[in-house]
Amino acid sequence: MISPVIQTSSLTRHFGEIKAVDQLTLEVQAGEIFGFLGHNGAGKTTTVRLLNGVIEATSGEARVLGLNPQTQGSALRARTGVLTETPSLDERLTARDNLSIYADLYNFPRADVSARVHFLLTEFELAERADEKVAGYSKGMKQRLALARALLHKPEVLFLDEPTSGLDPVAARHVNDLVEHLARREGCTVFLCTHNLVEAQKLCDRVAVMEHGHLVALGTPSDLTRQYVKRLDVDLEVDPTQIELVLQIVQGLPQLVSGPPKRKKDMLTLTLSGRKAIPELLHILVQKGLHVYRLAPQEANLEEVYFALHGNTQ
Amino acid sequence: MNTRAIFAIARKDLKVAIQNKGVVLPIIILPLVLFVILPWIMVYASSFTETTGASNDIGELLARMPAGLLHELSGFTPNQQLIVFSLVYMLAPMFLIMPLMVSSVLAADSFAGEKERKTLEALLYTPITDRELFAAKLLGSWTTALAVTVLSFIVYAVMVNAAGWQSIGRIFFPNWMWIALVVWVTPAVAGLGLVVMVFASARAQGFQDAYQTGGLVVLPVIALMIGQVSGVMYFSLSVVMIVGLAIWLIDAVLLWFASKSFRRSQLMTKF
Ligand SMILES: Nc1ncnc2c1ncn2[C@@H]1O[C@H](COP(=O)(O)OP(=O)(O)OP(=O)(O)O)[C@@H](O)[C@H]1O
Ligand SMILES: [Mg+2]
Repeated sequence: MISPVIQTSSLTRHFGEIKAVDQLTLEVQAGEIFGFLGHNGAGKTTTVRLLNGVIEATSGEARVLGLNPQTQGSALRARTGVLTETPSLDERLTARDNLSIYADLYNFPRADVSARVHFLLTEFELAERADEKVAGYSKGMKQRLALARALLHKPEVLFLDEPTSGLDPVAARHVNDLVEHLARREGCTVFLCTHNLVEAQKLCDRVAVMEHGHLVALGTPSDLTRQYVKRLDVDLEVDPTQIELVLQIVQGLPQLVSGPPKRKKDMLTLTLSGRKAIPELLHILVQKGLHVYRLAPQEANLEEVYFALHGNTQ
Repeated sequence: MNTRAIFAIARKDLKVAIQNKGVVLPIIILPLVLFVILPWIMVYASSFTETTGASNDIGELLARMPAGLLHELSGFTPNQQLIVFSLVYMLAPMFLIMPLMVSSVLAADSFAGEKERKTLEALLYTPITDRELFAAKLLGSWTTALAVTVLSFIVYAVMVNAAGWQSIGRIFFPNWMWIALVVWVTPAVAGLGLVVMVFASARAQGFQDAYQTGGLVVLPVIALMIGQVSGVMYFSLSVVMIVGLAIWLIDAVLLWFASKSFRRSQLMTKF
């Protein structure tokens, strides 16, 4: 069996009284896009710092690419790339300089530096303004440049700390496509910190949800929705003349339909007690001679998981 | 040691620093005043005192000087003595402000400035080790300070000889004491400016803040100047060698403490 790319066991970091990361145990496999979710202050950035050996753990263990971040940090960082929360670019330098300096820091083969820099600048649509100072760049351009810098040395593991925050939808889509490409085509492992749940749902193979430094949920987005979202909304469309009848019927089924139905034109939205209620409800409606045109469960999403978890812990 | 990374950071720091007016202006103005304009003023003033008969006052000033200095000045006429005293001896301690100021202003930009600009975090995620990063930052500021100082010294040598030519009629500068000052004391003083600024930057919020606290490092140099003018001591070759040695020792101790506290984990958590 291939060992996981990231592995932590009871990883903990305190800042005085604050437990920024508390007893974190998880594994991330090679080539995975792993979403690390959590509200502000949940411990996402602290975890990225711990995993790259730039701060020390209070207790617990971590291995990234088989290396110990605390004792083999330099060797480890040569193989990881990190997009920090703020772009952390030298605004007094040009985009080209910003990248070339990092090529030296990663000891990128000298002969290939200018080609690599040119490739990245083109790829991230910065080539035209590559020799301008970064201070004059827009937020999106800065974020793209920071991402290009994180990829410069072709890292095996990429840590992205809220890569699309503050980007317009087009730029955000561009970044997400790129992340997907890196993971799917180039086998890069991606550790993605975000509070954008829609994005995480679309992009991530698995997600972890953090809350005040604790891991509160871990699994694929669909696992988690199944596990945490107990109630289920379905859209029901019947013959318009039968709507009143339907309302009457569902009122008598409190074990299947929880809460009052919502009506929008000729469509009803019912909140069911779970997946099992769908066939039962359909059976009853058909038995009562109703013409059911449509009974469609609404896709539950991570957002609901997130709020379900939030409700649990507060 | 990864020298490629070290040079890359040293070069980068310099490239960034020279875009800061707070760095460039003092580096240009100070030598211009001290080493270009001042020699001419001194020479002009000395000829002025001669014609007004104020040389008695000068005689009193010189009379207070240590015997060693008087001996070194004995071959000159009173007017020449005044020129040599002011340009060769009085300005010697002042010259030390140059490496001190340049290195500390560059270090402030490199350490505190980097913190202020928030560019440190990305650097800390690269493979560079704490030691290499520290070395890179010191190296850039230190070598630049030395280069600027040597250049000022050359300019000063030309100016002093040119200004004194009419009165003295030969090249009288530099003497051995000055050569020792430049070769032995200047690098140590530049180092002092650096390390003090490393400490000041650790607590400072930004460039200005660090520069204000770290600027206190000029006080010892001012003490040396007062010592010289008041006749308590004078810059002889042996004094210069001893002062240099003392500063090198202070550098070594401070550097040891500074390098111990220059740790990634601490830099990161002090944001
Ligand atoms: N250097 C530090 N000193 C003191 N406390 C810290 C430090 N760094 C982080 N913390 C605390 O640790 C907790 C976790 O912070 P962290 O930055 O990891 O959260 P995050 O999940 O990245 O949040 P955000 O979404 O806002 O970026 C917070 O309570 C924060 O205040
Ligand atoms: Mg964060």
